[in-house]
Amino acid sequence: MAAFDPSNVVLEAEGVSFRYESQYVLKRVSLTLHRGELLGLVGPNGSGKSTLLKVMLGLLPLAEGTVRWFGVPLNRFRDWARIGYVSQKAASFNVGFPVTVEEVVRMGLIARLGIFRRPGKKETEKVLEALEFVGMADFRRRNIGALSGGQQQRVFIARALVGDPEVLILDEPTVGVDRHSEVRFYALLEKMHKERGLSIVLVSHDLGVVSEKMDTIVCINHELFYHGSASGFRAACDEIVARAYGQEMKIITHAHDPGEEAIYR
Amino acid sequence: MIGSLAQFWAAVSAYPFLRNALIAGLITGIVAPLIGSFVVVRRLSIIADALAHVMLSGVALGYLLGSTSRVFAAVPPIYYGTAVALVAALLIERLRTMYRSYSELAVPIIMSAGVGLSIVLIGLARGLNVDLVGLLFGNILSVTQADLLRIVVAALIVAVTIALLYKELLYLSFDDEAARLSGVPAKTINFIFSALIALVISVSMQIVGTLLISALITLPVAAALRLAKSFRALLTLGVVFAETSVLVGMAAAYTFDLATGGTIVLVAILILLAVLVWQKRLRA
Ligand SMILES: Nc1ncnc2c1ncn2[C@@H]1O[C@H](COP(=O)(O)OP(=O)(O)OP(=O)(O)O)[C@@H](O)[C@H]1O
Ligand SMILES: [Mg+2]
Repeated sequence: MAAFDPSNVVLEAEGVSFRYESQYVLKRVSLTLHRGELLGLVGPNGSGKSTLLKVMLGLLPLAEGTVRWFGVPLNRFRDWARIGYVSQKAASFNVGFPVTVEEVVRMGLIARLGIFRRPGKKETEKVLEALEFVGMADFRRRNIGALSGGQQQRVFIARALVGDPEVLILDEPTVGVDRHSEVRFYALLEKMHKERGLSIVLVSHDLGVVSEKMDTIVCINHELFYHGSASGFRAACDEIVARAYGQEMKIITHAHDPGEEAIYR
Repeated sequence: MIGSLAQFWAAVSAYPFLRNALIAGLITGIVAPLIGSFVVVRRLSIIADALAHVMLSGVALGYLLGSTSRVFAAVPPIYYGTAVALVAALLIERLRTMYRSYSELAVPIIMSAGVGLSIVLIGLARGLNVDLVGLLFGNILSVTQADLLRIVVAALIVAVTIALLYKELLYLSFDDEAARLSGVPAKTINFIFSALIALVISVSMQIVGTLLISALITLPVAAALRLAKSFRALLTLGVVFAETSVLVGMAAAYTFDLATGGTIVLVAILILLAVLVWQKRLRA
């Protein structure tokens, strides 16, 4: 994929530690994201990936370490419209909630609009545009609960995109999505990256696909195990995975090309 | 049906106290489902019930204080009720954040405090002239000009606030984490929301009484929920169903000399049943 701009830092996390209770979930984790960079965040279940994203987004308190967005320290950063986020639990909303796809995507404009301002004609157009971008425009009047998991996922991506963010943070967006839709999803990712110049952080368990599609890989298991180029990750994958995931853990990754099917032990 | 509505209408034009009652009822029919829509989708229906019971204890307190001094008596008891409910709303919000994943636990805590206090205070006020039945079951015919003014002001505050904070309230109700990330001040808005519930309860108290307030807030919305695909539709249908319940309920109560609050709520239940049956037949 296209090279990113190494002189333009979007997100910088340094020595981030976090614990829910007594035990540390994150220990001195650091990472850097540049403009236009595609970063894959990997690690076993419970390794702290979602927690790291939430701490960096200010959804969980940052007790130790520093986080800067566009050079601004997290506690002073207010420009959240520049960041789009799709959480791992985005699609686990109350399915009986009476909102249409259009209404859900419109919610994504709140950070841009600010309080008291109501969305107008321009905003309706933006919503439609975002829905067209993810291929869900025909569903805009449908109830969100009446869509399939993959379709809901695309609506939430549209909600994250509608405010024209510069960074997109996606926490396991392809879980529960069939292979065909997954291929479509990565095509969409590439389109967002190319057409909008987005920097993207993508959490995934699919090491094969991630290391092929992303520029950079960050591998954590409470601590940082790898932060570097995807090609470097591919070269040393066996060793990194063995250290980060543990010897006894068997990780199976599948590549999209059946010839690349690989098993790491 | 039409005949009794016409008869009711003639009576409304003839008697000012009926006109006050009708206006108060119709206003309640707007604000109860407006706030109710958010209450229901946030699964907080039971909070309305808890606050209503707390308000009862505040009203009882108002009567007691009023009997001790002229200064206190200058303020009608319903204002004490509203003030106490506002404080309780704040407490519930605090408790809810303390018990994050068991947030409904805050409700029985506050509710039992409210009921306990009401019983004690009403017991103390036994010698006083307290319309206990009216407080529990509503007394829409007792709406005075001053009550009407209070109801109009409270309803305006509710409607205007919901209009101003509509998108924030909706986002918080649907996806509270994403809303906070978008810079929605969740704590402030949740508190305002609880305060609005308290105001709506103070508006509805005379219409249907403590025991049936949450019915008026949730029943029309429950019926609307079966039909609405969008949140706007939920609000619109909720208001239509609530207004129908108020109008038909009041006319029926007038014609057949029934208790007004109870009749209104029964009509709301009939509407809900009709919607459920109609849907079932549609599917079959
Ligand atoms: N609310 C919470 N309270 C206490 N512990 C938590 C909480 N949420 C997560 N944890 C713990 O923190 C650790 C990291 O969780 P996290 O959700 O960040 O993992 P993850 O890497 O995203 O995993 P997955 O791949 O399964 O999504 C886990 O061990 C989990 O048990
Ligand atoms: Mg996770």
